[in-house]
Amino acid sequence: MAATQEEIVAGLADIVNEIAGIPVEDVQLEKSFTDDLDVDSLSMVEVVVAAEERFDVKIPDDDVKNLKTVGDATKYILEHQG
Amino acid sequence: MSPTNRTVVVTGIGATTPLGGDAASTWEGLVAGRSGVRALEQEWAADQAVRIAAQIAVEPGEVIPRPQARRLDRSAQFALIAAKEAWADAGYTDTAGEDGNVDPDRLGAVIASGIGGVTTLLDQYDVLKEKGVRRVSPHTVPMLMPNGPSANVGLLVGARAGVHTPVSACASGAEAIGYAIEMIRTGRADVVVAGGTEAAIHPLPIAAFGNMMAMSKNNDDPQGASRPYDIGRDGFVLGEGAGVIVLESAEHAAKRGARVYAEAVGQGISADGHDIVQPEPEGRGIAHALQNLLDNTDLNPAEIMHVNAHATSTPAGDVAELKALRKVFGDDTDHFAVSGTKSMTGHLLGGAGGVESVATVLALYHRIAPPTINVDNLDPEAEAAADVVRGEARKLPVEGRIAALNDSFGFGGHNVVLAFRTV
Repeated sequence: MAATQEEIVAGLADIVNEIAGIPVEDVQLEKSFTDDLDVDSLSMVEVVVAAEERFDVKIPDDDVKNLKTVGDATKYILEHQG
Repeated sequence: MSPTNRTVVVTGIGATTPLGGDAASTWEGLVAGRSGVRALEQEWAADQAVRIAAQIAVEPGEVIPRPQARRLDRSAQFALIAAKEAWADAGYTDTAGEDGNVDPDRLGAVIASGIGGVTTLLDQYDVLKEKGVRRVSPHTVPMLMPNGPSANVGLLVGARAGVHTPVSACASGAEAIGYAIEMIRTGRADVVVAGGTEAAIHPLPIAAFGNMMAMSKNNDDPQGASRPYDIGRDGFVLGEGAGVIVLESAEHAAKRGARVYAEAVGQGISADGHDIVQPEPEGRGIAHALQNLLDNTDLNPAEIMHVNAHATSTPAGDVAELKALRKVFGDDTDHFAVSGTKSMTGHLLGGAGGVESVATVLALYHRIAPPTINVDNLDPEAEAAADVVRGEARKLPVEGRIAALNDSFGFGGHNVVLAFRTV
């Protein structure tokens, strides 16, 4: 069953908490991974791989650069999840 | 003094070892003659011929926040913990540039390891095989590269004068400190954070060293297994951890009123040119390094009162080193209190020179030579060559300037001798 927007945000919050140590409540739609959440380019690859596994979605490297915010990633996952 | 022959001093120390999570607890363990060797309880150890090691006393995960720890190899975690302690101990309160006491362009970092990020390499290979290409961590390369610990320590303190990683197996940590002394002596830097780290307690290195017949298989008595100079010694015990010191030009240290532990007099370096793993049995290469030390510094053999020996507890190596001391120093060897601290810490490979430099500097500062433990039956060849401090710590002369040596030798025939002196 496909995840809802709320479930995706909560899932991304868990992943960002694990990788960057940011409190889950700070991971919100408008937050930038790089500027607000301490996720640098290498850690972004980890976030993407964890999200792919959790939400059964493929996120090609070419698309990763367009995922600036939690909202961008959530929208992408909503549209592409299996 | 000319800018190319400046006096170098030690102003900070830090360590995380099998005896304790900092330099003070490590030193306390050394003086008390405590063994850090334990049985390996991990599941993978069950079918190993060697099932003992000197594991770290305080797991780095208890000290380093998880998001930072998960992108650092264990060897870099140890190095950062020890470097942070040494940096603060030297009186620095922030990174260079932020702290007005040091110019980042005049600050260096030289941290070595013998094997580098071996656990990262092997763990990520397991991930590749079991979970596939996509799951290999993007942090793998900066974690496994041998210069990872020095680069991370350089970033920690803000070093821009140069960040280096000499690699010479079990001499690496000492070579790092020797390199750092040269950076300051020749004027390339005013302050250098230097030392060694190692994290190789993993089934592959243990199987490999075990199959070389280099390690003790005294699994029934872990605390008695590392026994340098004892007639029954049967190989080294693998240890893990890091030791780091802050080196500084005497002028720079005086200007900021820093506490000085000791003078770092200099180094003697040579290569055996004999065999890839066997030490030259008469200690010719070691003697060459000791002679270079005497020729290139103002060290006076009469002032040497203590030697922190390489003494890994292997049958061949321990005695060759003592013979070399006798060959170069003659009767002066009689007043060397020789300590084999690997009897307590195990052998930290590339970390050994770092931890043992911390021990040597503290031995001078407190004027106490730590003991060699487990010497129940002193090898007659060792007894004939030098005065081994056995059983209990021994007081060093309380008056006058005294000096001490820290010897480190590595597979490949690398010999590094460092000299320190009270101020």
